[in-house]
Amino acid sequence: MATSSVSKGCFVFKPNFKKRKISVPVEDYFNKGKNESEDSKLRFETYQSIWQQMKSETEQLQEELNKNLFNSLIEFLQKSYSGFQKNSRDWGGQIKLREIPTAALILGVNVTDHDLTFRSLTEALHNNVTPYVVSLQAKDCPDMKHFLQKLVSQLMNCCVDEESKEESILVAQKKTFCSMDSLSSWYMSVTHINKTDPKMPRKKRTSSGQWQSPPVVLILKDLESFTTKVLQDFIIISSQHLHEFPLILIFGIATSPIIIHRLLPHAVSSLLCIELFQSLSCKEHLTTVLDKLLLTTHFPFKLSEKVLQILTNIFLYHDFSIQNFIKGLQLSLLEHFYSQPLSVLCCNLPEAKRRINFLSENQCENIRRLPSFRRYVEKQASEKQIALLTNERFLKEEVQSLLENLHVYHTDYFLVLRCLHQFTSSLPKYPLGRQIRELYCTCLEKNIWDSEEYESALQLLRMLAKDELMTILQKCLKVFKTSSEEQLGSTAKRIEEFLAQFQSLDAEAKEEDTSGLQSKGLQKTDLYHLQKSLLEMKELRRTSKKQTRFEVLREKVVNFIDSLVREYLLPPETQPLHEAVYFSAAHTLREHLNAAPRIALHTALNNPYHYLKNEALKSEEGCIPNVAPDICIAYKLHLECSRLINLVDWSEAFATVVTAAEKMDANSVTSEERNEIIHARFIRAVSELELLGFIKPTKQKTDHVARLTWGGC
Amino acid sequence: MMSTLELKEDKMLEVQFVGDDDVLNHILDREGGAKLKKERAQLLVNTKKIIKKPEYDLDEDDREVLKDQNYVEVLGRDIQESLKNGSAADGGNKVYSFQNRKPSEKMSKLASELAKTPRKNVSVNLKNDPEIMINIPQCSKRQSPSDKVQVKNNDKSEFLSTAPSGLRKRLIVPGSHSDSESEYSASNSEDEGVAQEYEEDTNEATLSQKIASQNRVVSAPVCKETPSKKMKRDKTSDLVEEYFEAHSSSKVLTSDRTLQKLKRAKLDQQTLHNLLSKVSPSFSAELKQLNQQYEQLFHKWMLQLRLGFNIVLFGLGSKRDLLERFRSAVLQDSIHVVINGFFPGISVKSILNSITEEVLDHMGTFRSLLDQLDWIVNKFKEDSSLELFLLIHNLDSQMLRGDKSQQIIGQLSSLRNICLIASIDHLNAPLMWDHAKQSLYNWLWYETTTYSPYTEETSYENSLLVKQSGSLPLSSLTHVLRSLTPNARGIFRLLIKYQLDNQDNPSYIGLSFQDFYQQCREAFLVNSDLTLRAQLTEFRDHKLIRTKKVRLLLQIICQDYLTSCLLQDKYTFGSTVGNKWRFYDGSQGSI
Repeated sequence: MATSSVSKGCFVFKPNFKKRKISVPVEDYFNKGKNESEDSKLRFETYQSIWQQMKSETEQLQEELNKNLFNSLIEFLQKSYSGFQKNSRDWGGQIKLREIPTAALILGVNVTDHDLTFRSLTEALHNNVTPYVVSLQAKDCPDMKHFLQKLVSQLMNCCVDEESKEESILVAQKKTFCSMDSLSSWYMSVTHINKTDPKMPRKKRTSSGQWQSPPVVLILKDLESFTTKVLQDFIIISSQHLHEFPLILIFGIATSPIIIHRLLPHAVSSLLCIELFQSLSCKEHLTTVLDKLLLTTHFPFKLSEKVLQILTNIFLYHDFSIQNFIKGLQLSLLEHFYSQPLSVLCCNLPEAKRRINFLSENQCENIRRLPSFRRYVEKQASEKQIALLTNERFLKEEVQSLLENLHVYHTDYFLVLRCLHQFTSSLPKYPLGRQIRELYCTCLEKNIWDSEEYESALQLLRMLAKDELMTILQKCLKVFKTSSEEQLGSTAKRIEEFLAQFQSLDAEAKEEDTSGLQSKGLQKTDLYHLQKSLLEMKELRRTSKKQTRFEVLREKVVNFIDSLVREYLLPPETQPLHEAVYFSAAHTLREHLNAAPRIALHTALNNPYHYLKNEALKSEEGCIPNVAPDICIAYKLHLECSRLINLVDWSEAFATVVTAAEKMDANSVTSEERNEIIHARFIRAVSELELLGFIKPTKQKTDHVARLTWGGC
Repeated sequence: MMSTLELKEDKMLEVQFVGDDDVLNHILDREGGAKLKKERAQLLVNTKKIIKKPEYDLDEDDREVLKDQNYVEVLGRDIQESLKNGSAADGGNKVYSFQNRKPSEKMSKLASELAKTPRKNVSVNLKNDPEIMINIPQCSKRQSPSDKVQVKNNDKSEFLSTAPSGLRKRLIVPGSHSDSESEYSASNSEDEGVAQEYEEDTNEATLSQKIASQNRVVSAPVCKETPSKKMKRDKTSDLVEEYFEAHSSSKVLTSDRTLQKLKRAKLDQQTLHNLLSKVSPSFSAELKQLNQQYEQLFHKWMLQLRLGFNIVLFGLGSKRDLLERFRSAVLQDSIHVVINGFFPGISVKSILNSITEEVLDHMGTFRSLLDQLDWIVNKFKEDSSLELFLLIHNLDSQMLRGDKSQQIIGQLSSLRNICLIASIDHLNAPLMWDHAKQSLYNWLWYETTTYSPYTEETSYENSLLVKQSGSLPLSSLTHVLRSLTPNARGIFRLLIKYQLDNQDNPSYIGLSFQDFYQQCREAFLVNSDLTLRAQLTEFRDHKLIRTKKVRLLLQIICQDYLTSCLLQDKYTFGSTVGNKWRFYDGSQGSI
């Protein structure tokens, strides 16, 4: 069936029913279309399991991070609701009653993540506060009518799945005109049923709190995009009905709370009783995500420096979206398992060891071909080299031990990294970055101790005061203690020793102090004597040049940290077999996530040789051979023009170029026909340029087109 | 660097970290001369290292922004590695820089230059020396009057008589835009003699080598002059001024020639197609190679689609064939919908309709698009075994690029079991999507530059320079007329005739209802104004006419598009439409 027609733009293709039943499983696509399909099934399964783990981990994280916010929100809701109940009688309550309790939820600019937050918020409210939770988006409510309609239909839906009312009522309600009056009467009826109906299941009562008439919570997801009028009207009307329709508003705000006052005049905003809530900043969120997903041995999969850099940069400079970051992570995971045959070893240690035994001959070859493994082999003794390269069993055993080493390397690595971060994160000016991810990036990239920043960080460390140093050491100790690994047990002990020494220093210092005071004594002297004694003291200092015990100890601590760093924070490239777990194809990631379509278009038009590797197209910068595709020539010519382009000139210029190019060809066709063809080619090129958005027809002048881009050669 | 830093330090009040000991030292020995100073100096060095980026703030945000440079570096770092993104570094510079004002003949000059660029067989002789290879086009650019490669076409002779000095100037301009083109500016000061010599004796490799070396010598000082930030800043402000200069005056200097003077002004679609079919595509081997490269990705695309990503293809050239091949290669066994975004009548409504009616076999109607969308979403959420592939050619077409359409398509594509693979062509297509939409779409970008002509995409009668043959409106007119009563045909015929007669009258605003009624009565076509009104309503419903009220009089105007397409055939009007009329009149008897 053809997919072009002059009367239709959509073509539906349905395969035969029989065929449709056997839908191709996803993993088949994983296997197909590649040369190297070693263990692809296993790889795909590993990918899926790791991805599932990562996903659930991030979801769990999100939940935990939101917990605080939600708890305070729920508390606010409950408080304001009880306000409804209590104050309804006295005069102050009457005033209060006109004010709609409002929670302004500041969520930050990462709009894409808001949906998740709102979803879990709705759930939380549903479970803890009220069954009547409605969330509206600005695009659903262009005016009051739609606003109310949406509100009513969603409320009814809440009600329906709570109490399984007959659907007919719902449909009837939907069609009727919705007003606040009908809403409040509906609310009365519903809560009335709740009160009187003895058959109501107990369970439901308890779940929606012990209140008789639960409030209605309305979430406005994107306050900024609501029209002012709709908001104002709604707030005024509902404040009138507040005594019979207990409404609580939640504003989702992406920018800043000032927007409330910009949207609502004082008369309206005075009807709101606003409390601010701030959600966790997305950067902290990112830090925790990184902490839980990458800076751990829990997941075998790791990112190389460039990849991590690209992902964090997309996050920091483009969208602040955690979701996008995780998408990038998923893509890199997929790419890794798709393109690296040895990624089959990218799983937890015991499983990987088991898998090694089943590696095929090809896979063994793959291992031997790894650059990191080759480097490792070259360092071995010659008989061992031969064994590694020829004996499969020996190789497998060796690989097992190497993998184990890699695992140990990672556990140590992250411990030391965190420890170093404790030291450097509080230094003035943050020479090594404030966030652990920055530190991690530098460590991944190169030997960190070769960098200038590291030097200056160490120098700054050598100036730390004692109490600062001690708190840092205590934190480090905690880091080491939390890990169950025994590898760095001695390090923890050393730190404890240091701490003890510092403590003892304290005691000694006191003694010294007192003794020093005694020796100095405070005698009355004249200026001359004072000067003299000061000079003496200075002289004493210079000659002895002794460091205090504290200084000595501090030096020791810094040296200790330095040695730790040098020993354990080696970049992963130095580890044999790192290719199996590190994903390093940064450019594919960037191509697919952060593409540059304009540049691609420009390159294709300006330098066709970049794509069509034909010698005839080779040309120097800024110049184009006349045999290039028509559209390139037309493009190049149009760059010469300013805002308007005369079509006649353009077409003649085009013809000049093209005829010159064709001259070498056989002169079989008559010149008239050739001109016609050239003209047709010109028309095609021009209409393609129009489709691409470089030019558009204009009526400013006859037979002219307008240029839509700036710049040229 | 150092000096400026120190200057800064003087001016700024700074809090430095000073150890307890140093403080003590400072207090205790005031005249502590040399040693103390040394220590302080060291301290300064330390801080300086840290302050190196002077504006570094304690605030983390600012700090990360300031790392911009770093970021750009990272993103641009492996541009050379990847074949795909091309020469991004200077490419961007060109795309986004402002334009200069250019005299109108620029284009013709470039054309003649391009025409004279030696082709491959010329350069074969010199192939041994790569340096010369680069030099050839450059030298020939110094368009000397003695150039032998004259274009014989008489029309174009005027281009060739342009003075070389103007051309030279143009050659300097690019040099100032990007530093990489120092060779260009070199040619400025050189004497013509060398160039001519060169052209007289192209095959002499040694001589050209000399030129090359000379070029290098000359270019060196030019390079030295250009850098330094101040120059650059001046340049940008110059560019800004140039921009406003270019746009302040509404007058644009272009030649006044029009297409009418040319014999072949406009072609219609059919002849265009025929003519183009005679052109043999060049570089077919390379194109095939490109396409094969993309075809290898089909399975990967399928995998990624199934895993919840959506795929967008971009790059020069029609991607329709590629997607068609994708469809026939891997989609045969699954339900899929092909959507031609370039089809002028496409709308989101029709997309949703084809999904509800043909894919989900639903016969009901919906009150609004959003209702329909909700219904589809629910349906797909309920039935997880359902799987649908959407192929959209030209997601960025005129009809689909609206905010609402994109929102709806995005929401569709965000469903787990709807997979979307789309192509975009427009230069600014990515501007359609804000962050919210992008996260709905969950795109993976793939560059597929195919260089294939946009035949299908531009074939609908809306492109430039293509004669509106009017065959579509005329054929629809025929259909409508066929269903009319003879009297109604007569009414319409009267109206059309009147309008065509008054075509050249600029004050013509339509035929008033009363006049028209009179005429129709006289021709025994109607007997009351009610019948005429009913008839006119029918015409209006078919969009054959439009009416407007002028001074309370109803004016009837035949739709512009009809008159225009009838007018284009003014000479043939009598033969084609007239014949049709006669045909209808004739058939009247037989019915």
